[in-house]
Amino acid sequence: MTPILYLICISVSLGGGALALFLWSLRSGQYDDMEGAANRVLFDDDLPPRDQPPKST
Amino acid sequence: MSGAAAQAIAPAAPYAAADSVCAHCGAPAPAGHRFCCPGCAAARATIEGLGLGRYYEQRVLDASLRAPRPEEAVERHDLARHIATDAAGIHTLTLAVDGLQCGACVWLIESVLGRDPAVVQGRVNMTTRRLRLRWRGAAEEGDRLVALVARLGYRLVPFDASCLAAAQDRTGRELLRALAVAGFAAGNVMMLSVAVWAGLLQDMGPATRALLYWMSALVAMPAIAYAGRPFFRSAWAALRQGRTNMDVPISVGVVLVTGISLSETMRGGPHAYFDSAVSLLFFLLIGRVLDHRARAQARATAEQLLALRMVDVAVLQPDGSTRRQGQESVAPGDLVLVGMGERVGVDGVIARGQGQLDASLVTGESLPVAAGPGTAVFAGTVNLGAPVTVRATATGGATLLAECVRLIEAAEARRGRFVVFADRVARRYAPTVHAAALLTFLWWWGVQGVGVAEALLTASAVLIITCPCALALAVPAVQVLATGMLFRAGILLKSPTALERLAQVDTVVFDKTGTLTEPALALVGNADPQALRTAATLAASSRHPLSRALLAAAGPAAAAEGVREVSGQGLALATAAGEIRLGSARFAAAAAADDGDSPALWLARPGQPPVRFAFAEAARADAAAVLARLRGLGLDIHLLSGDRPGPVARLAETLGIATWQAGCSPVEKVARIEALRAEGRHVLMVGDGLNDGPSLAAALVSMSPSTAADLSQTVADVVFQGAKLAPVVTALLTARRSQAAMRQNIALSLGYNVLMVPLAMAGHVTPWLAAAAMSSSSLLVMLNSLRMRRAVR
Repeated sequence: MTPILYLICISVSLGGGALALFLWSLRSGQYDDMEGAANRVLFDDDLPPRDQPPKST
Repeated sequence: MSGAAAQAIAPAAPYAAADSVCAHCGAPAPAGHRFCCPGCAAARATIEGLGLGRYYEQRVLDASLRAPRPEEAVERHDLARHIATDAAGIHTLTLAVDGLQCGACVWLIESVLGRDPAVVQGRVNMTTRRLRLRWRGAAEEGDRLVALVARLGYRLVPFDASCLAAAQDRTGRELLRALAVAGFAAGNVMMLSVAVWAGLLQDMGPATRALLYWMSALVAMPAIAYAGRPFFRSAWAALRQGRTNMDVPISVGVVLVTGISLSETMRGGPHAYFDSAVSLLFFLLIGRVLDHRARAQARATAEQLLALRMVDVAVLQPDGSTRRQGQESVAPGDLVLVGMGERVGVDGVIARGQGQLDASLVTGESLPVAAGPGTAVFAGTVNLGAPVTVRATATGGATLLAECVRLIEAAEARRGRFVVFADRVARRYAPTVHAAALLTFLWWWGVQGVGVAEALLTASAVLIITCPCALALAVPAVQVLATGMLFRAGILLKSPTALERLAQVDTVVFDKTGTLTEPALALVGNADPQALRTAATLAASSRHPLSRALLAAAGPAAAAEGVREVSGQGLALATAAGEIRLGSARFAAAAAADDGDSPALWLARPGQPPVRFAFAEAARADAAAVLARLRGLGLDIHLLSGDRPGPVARLAETLGIATWQAGCSPVEKVARIEALRAEGRHVLMVGDGLNDGPSLAAALVSMSPSTAADLSQTVADVVFQGAKLAPVVTALLTARRSQAAMRQNIALSLGYNVLMVPLAMAGHVTPWLAAAAMSSSSLLVMLNSLRMRRAVR
């Protein structure tokens, strides 16, 4: 009985972790521009270093 | 595809082969020229100077979209009131971007902005076509940064901060969060349920089963409470108003099933239905999320179209200078300068100057009229003549706009609420289902004499089997597909019920100016090709609507060097032989020359008689074909216009429209449409003018081209893009097909209920059977909806 209880708890918490991760990604706006993200990966070059270092804010 | 792509992608160098296509914007260029205009040449030089020439190799130009050609005069917008500055001194501005073609455009804009030391962040959202620009330093730097992008050929219009707050899609996010929670719960509860079902075949003890049920309850109950909120809220709102909708049987079913499963679990019974309740919500939420996405996309695009049209007005300051500011910040009494070819931004009265006003978008009048001091003008009118100064009047109850708004509200109030098909089904369905469940309970408890708990369980099996999963998916599944298909065809469905209303249409009422006819004037008659070519080289450097129309007729032409624009008069070019002039009769020809009653341009060349180019409205290229097609579908066609009888009769005759009415005021148009509706007709109104707004609201369903007046576009249920009228047919056909698919779906899910309900009432349905039946019926409905896509193709 006890091993089942452990296993169930582990699997549910794994699922809960995935849910939390999804909700975080939703909140941080990662689903706001699906089309852009699909295209952006094709132009993945680094921006040139800035001439001036950004001021500390 | 490969041929088109090869043509669309401009080669890096040399350009000998592609000399008829502009090396920057891809539009046709004059023979022998590398670029179509100096703006494009400068844009390419800028891009290559920054080392971003890769753009030309990687982009794919779509000919149906606006070519990235820089405007001759970069529009000046009053950015200051849209800029938000945070405590760290970083300014933020959001702009609508017009001219995005593909991922390469996004990369180009972001790279150009990224190379500017002041920019903190410049990020383009390709889905919403908006640029979020953050920079440090002076707020005025914004103008320079915007010009930087505008010179590449993209149009940037600042977004209002208040609009942005509304655009934050709160409902969409809530639905997505609910979907995530329901998906998580459905997966985990199903995992536990499968264990229970497997236990039926082996010998699982009641204690283990109880444990698994308790764990299911622990996961399912909070998830249902959270993910069910959109349904509960809508059901509660409907019940409070004494109506029922599809969400009522869903909510009742889910809540009852959960409650009974909980009581079963507490008393250690063999059947609990947590898995069914949760997966029901999960399936339904998928439908809702997709439905919401499809419509949110259509609506965002419609908003974008309006935002891109927003024009700042030039307000005359006391010291004689002008200042650009937003339309809404113009105070009554302010003097507004309206240049040649510009759109009037405010309602008012002409204070100074003699203009020629094209009010086609406002009143449906197709010919421009001369207007002098004292004439009332309305926002949306285009000034074709000399610059005028307009004194803004208060947007009181007397203006045309205010009257139209009032008429729209009245018409909408009279129109009443449209009850969607699914809700009409639900009205009959919910009471039947709930009565069947009650009957089952009474039969088992009262007649068969089993315990209350067992009778309740059988009754709840009836509720689960009838819980309208397939039924509730039947409509959204079709709508998502149809909305997406129409969206790709440039047709934006703004209202969720537009599709169903379109399917009922039997009468189509058209407006004339700008709807059946092209929104812009066209050159008429056979012009001398040589004169036309000469005129085009002058016209190429003007933004005046008539110059544009002339250029459209003449084809691409290189702008001649040294063209001088004489404000309100025309264009002049000094050549060795003398001055070539293009403009009004008085400017380019003898003052006595007959100007006729239609707008015209005159071309005067040294030593040759002046040539007159006349312009008139032209029917849309496919108008006749579209009307024939509509008649073939069995639809009645009417024409209601605010224009004078002459042009209306001519057009009606050309297009073969028997029932037409000219000189209609907005009130008369509404009255006519309401008379048609009183005859029991289902009217589709297609119109674009401000004066069509009220009749758009009065009709059962309405469509507007994307060139329509702002107000009409806001009122219309459907907005279509492009120069053709064919979207009217496409929308009607798609609506009819989707209506057929919806009916099939509903028949399928009702048929499944007829088969399964007797089993459930007899007490033969176990949880695993309920889950299997529910999933398979939902799947069946989805597959049937997908069939529609093939039918339309």
